[in-house]
Amino acid sequence: MRTLKTEEFMVNMGPQHPSTHGVLKLVLTLDGEIVKDCVPHIGFLHRGMEKIFENRTYHQIMPYTDRLDYLASMTNNFAYALAVEKMVGVKIPPRAEYIRVIMAELQRIASHLIWFSTFAIDLGATTPFLYGFRERELIIDLFEAASGNRLTYNYFRIGGISRDINPAWIEQAKKALDNIAKQIDQYEILLTGNPIFTERTKNIAVIKPELAKSYGLTGPNLRSCGIPLDLRLDYPYSVYPELEFNVITAKNGDTFDRYKVRLDEIRESIKMIKQAFDKLPEGDIMTKVPKVLKPEAGEIYSAIESPRGELGFYIVSDGSQKPQRCKVRAPSFANLAIIPDIAKGLMISDLVALTGSIDIVLGEIDR
Amino acid sequence: KENKVYIAIKTTIPREGAEMGSITSLWRGADWLERELYDMFGIKFNDHPDLRRILMWDGYEGYPLRKDFTSPEIIKLPEVK
Repeated sequence: MRTLKTEEFMVNMGPQHPSTHGVLKLVLTLDGEIVKDCVPHIGFLHRGMEKIFENRTYHQIMPYTDRLDYLASMTNNFAYALAVEKMVGVKIPPRAEYIRVIMAELQRIASHLIWFSTFAIDLGATTPFLYGFRERELIIDLFEAASGNRLTYNYFRIGGISRDINPAWIEQAKKALDNIAKQIDQYEILLTGNPIFTERTKNIAVIKPELAKSYGLTGPNLRSCGIPLDLRLDYPYSVYPELEFNVITAKNGDTFDRYKVRLDEIRESIKMIKQAFDKLPEGDIMTKVPKVLKPEAGEIYSAIESPRGELGFYIVSDGSQKPQRCKVRAPSFANLAIIPDIAKGLMISDLVALTGSIDIVLGEIDR
Repeated sequence: KENKVYIAIKTTIPREGAEMGSITSLWRGADWLERELYDMFGIKFNDHPDLRRILMWDGYEGYPLRKDFTSPEIIKLPEVK
């Protein structure tokens, strides 16, 4: 029998490709359908955020943080506000703390729903895409009612939040959450037991815990490898210690586990928001914070659990009204860096599943 | 519950001809971070497997996050007393 000779060839996947979730370019070396090498190229969305931060006052930076991880603006606001508050020693009113946590968890659900939709469409399932976006719309409506915006909310302030929520909003939110909880079960019927879906995801693109630690993976990607790191519990901030919730983990670290962990996290978030509504105290939503903030010279690192992992702000102050340096520790940046290692030897269709399941947002990778 | 802490290790290097050793052999994740530092601050990491610009394009001159890098588009804010 004659053996066929094959030749390796290179393909540019992206920067304009639907399954790279933004402007990411993967230069692939292929042998037939097998990926031999994968080199990511990033920076297409680089706007020089960190340089801009150095030229803005502390209050002015807040709307820019919305544009980092644009699918989870609330958590960016949260991380930045916490960092500056820690720096100047501001204590915010309990009502504002609870509303912050409610918004952050709603944002987590919205972000995971987008992830679910786009991940499913990466695998060729178009129906979940429509369902995911339909349910996310309920949360976007809530955010629009609270903040006036649908994507970049600019809702948090240093010292509290910009607008209060009212009982009608809470009723609407509870209804939306009940609806989402019901729909998540529907999603599971569509995908979890679906043989086509499980064939495409189980034991595909397995991330070993040791490798995950070495790359500094955080968030659902790390928890799906069986490492229960959750900043809400391990480095508690805001009022998370007063809420009861479980850290969702899985064992295998494959594409399927990353899917399962995120779906279960939506359920946990729904529980947490309901608890927060029950405990929501009355009172102010803002502390008095000077219009011109001049933190003492020094530095701070403060991180929170964003839907994608550890989102940290490292701010250095020289005592002036503008930060001397502001570094954003973006979770997607670390999460994306692992792709070349995992991609080698995968089929090209599994690489699409891998990039989809890692859940990257180029806005915070390129900054 | 055990206390978890963040650890930061700091060092100083000269501004001109800035270079230092790479820690990619210890932490794989340091690869891209060191490339970013090289790209933005011009710090060369010895023994780095693949030291290229990461956010800016190849052939770009200058290191944007250095303090002496200014752009005419950056408008100075008026000083507030």
